[in-house]
Amino acid sequence: MSLSKQADEGITFDTFMEGIWRQNPVFVMVLGMCPTLAVTVSAENAISMGLATSFVLVSSCLLVSLIRNVVPKEVRIATYIVIIATFVTLVDYLIQAVSLKLYEALGAFIQLIVVNCIILGRAEAHASKNPPLKSVVNALGMGIGFTIGLLALGATREILGAGKLFGITLFGEQFQPWVVMVLPPGGFFVLGGWLLLFSLLRSRKAAIEGGHSHE
Amino acid sequence: MNEPTQIQTTPGGKMIATMVMVATVCGVLIVGAFEGTQDAIAENKRITLERAVFKVLPGAASVREYAATPTGIQPLTGAMPEGGVKFYAAYDQAGALKGIAAEAAGKGYADVVRVLYGYDAKCQCIIGIGVVSMRETPGIGDKIITDKAFLQNFEALDVRVNAEMKALANAVKVVKHGSKQNAWEIDAIAGATVTSKAVGRGINESAQKLLPLLVPHIAELKP
Repeated sequence: MSLSKQADEGITFDTFMEGIWRQNPVFVMVLGMCPTLAVTVSAENAISMGLATSFVLVSSCLLVSLIRNVVPKEVRIATYIVIIATFVTLVDYLIQAVSLKLYEALGAFIQLIVVNCIILGRAEAHASKNPPLKSVVNALGMGIGFTIGLLALGATREILGAGKLFGITLFGEQFQPWVVMVLPPGGFFVLGGWLLLFSLLRSRKAAIEGGHSHE
Repeated sequence: MNEPTQIQTTPGGKMIATMVMVATVCGVLIVGAFEGTQDAIAENKRITLERAVFKVLPGAASVREYAATPTGIQPLTGAMPEGGVKFYAAYDQAGALKGIAAEAAGKGYADVVRVLYGYDAKCQCIIGIGVVSMRETPGIGDKIITDKAFLQNFEALDVRVNAEMKALANAVKVVKHGSKQNAWEIDAIAGATVTSKAVGRGINESAQKLLPLLVPHIAELKP
C-alpha cells in the first residue's frame, strides 16, 4: 500500500505531483464526476469550480490534519463533514461577493462540494494520517489536478460547442457550433474521449516498460 | 491492516467535547465570512438589478423598489404586503420617471424562463425585455436573447389597461411565426415556439396582475 508507506516519509515531489498526474482525480481516479460533468460547459466555469473545490480541499485538509490527534475515531467522519461544510459555506459567500453571474452559472454545484468524494477521501485517507504541511501540499496537488481535469473538459466543450474559449470567439462567422457538446450528453462524450486518451497513454507506457503494468 | 481488531472505548464526554469544539470554531468562521461578505453581496445584487433595469429602460439612472397593492402603491421596505406585486420605478438623471420594470416568469422548454420587461407609461406599452435567468437549449431557446426579429416585438408591445381598470384591454398573445397583426401580439421565433410562448405567457400574467393596480396610481411615482 503506497499510502501507509508514504505516511512515514517526508514531503517529496511526489506528494505534490500525485494528484496532478499519477492519481489525477478526474482522469485516473474518476472521482467527483457530478461537478465534472455538470459545470464544464465553459472554460471559465470549469476553472472557477476547480478553484472553489481546491480552496475547500486545502483548507479542510489543513484543519483535519491539525486536529488529527485530538478527534476520537468514532466521530471523525462527522467532524470532517462539519469542517468541509464550513469551508463550502465560506466559498459560497465569497463567490456571491465576487460575481453573482458566476454564482448562478455554478448553481447548486457550489453547495454540492460538501459531498465531493475527493475532499472527504483526501481528509480520511491522507490528512488524518499526515502532518499539516504535507497534507496541504498533497491537497494542493489534488486541487490543481482536479482543476486541470475540469479545464480540459471545459475548454474542449466550449471550443466545440460554442466556438469560443474563455468567451473569446475563435472561429469566423462560418463556424457552426456543435451544440450537443455544451448539453449534458456532450459532457459524457468529452469525458469519454479524455479517459480514452489517458488509458491509451497508460497502456503504451506499460508496453514500453516491458509489457507488465502495476495498475 | 497491522492493528489487531479492538473495541474503541472513547468516553462519550470526550466525543461530545470534540464535536462542540469543532462546531464552535466552524461557527465562528461562518459568521466571520457572512459579516465580511454581506456588504459586497448586497452591492453586487443592487448592481445586477440596476444593470438589468437600465437595459430594458434605456436612459434610466436610478431605480427604486415599489409594491403595488389593491389599496395603492408604496415603496417596498421589508416584507411584501399581502396581494402586492413588486415593480421597479426607474428615473432619469433629472429625476423624472423614465418607466417601470417588472419581472415575468413562464414555463419554458427546460425550466422557468424569467424575464424583466420595461413599461413606458406614455405609450402604455412594453419597450424592452431582458432575460434574468433561463436554462433553455443553447442555439434554440436562447435565441430569445439574440433574435432581432423577436426582440422587435418588444419595442412597442401594447399593454393598455381596459376602461374598468381591471385587466389589459387586449391580452398579450404569442402567435405563429410571421402572423403578427396587432400591437399586442408577439411573433414567435420559428423553431423556438415553446420558449417564445413562455416569454409571452409570463409577460401577460405579470402585466394583467400589475398594471391594473399600478396605472391608476402612476402619477404618484412622479416626484
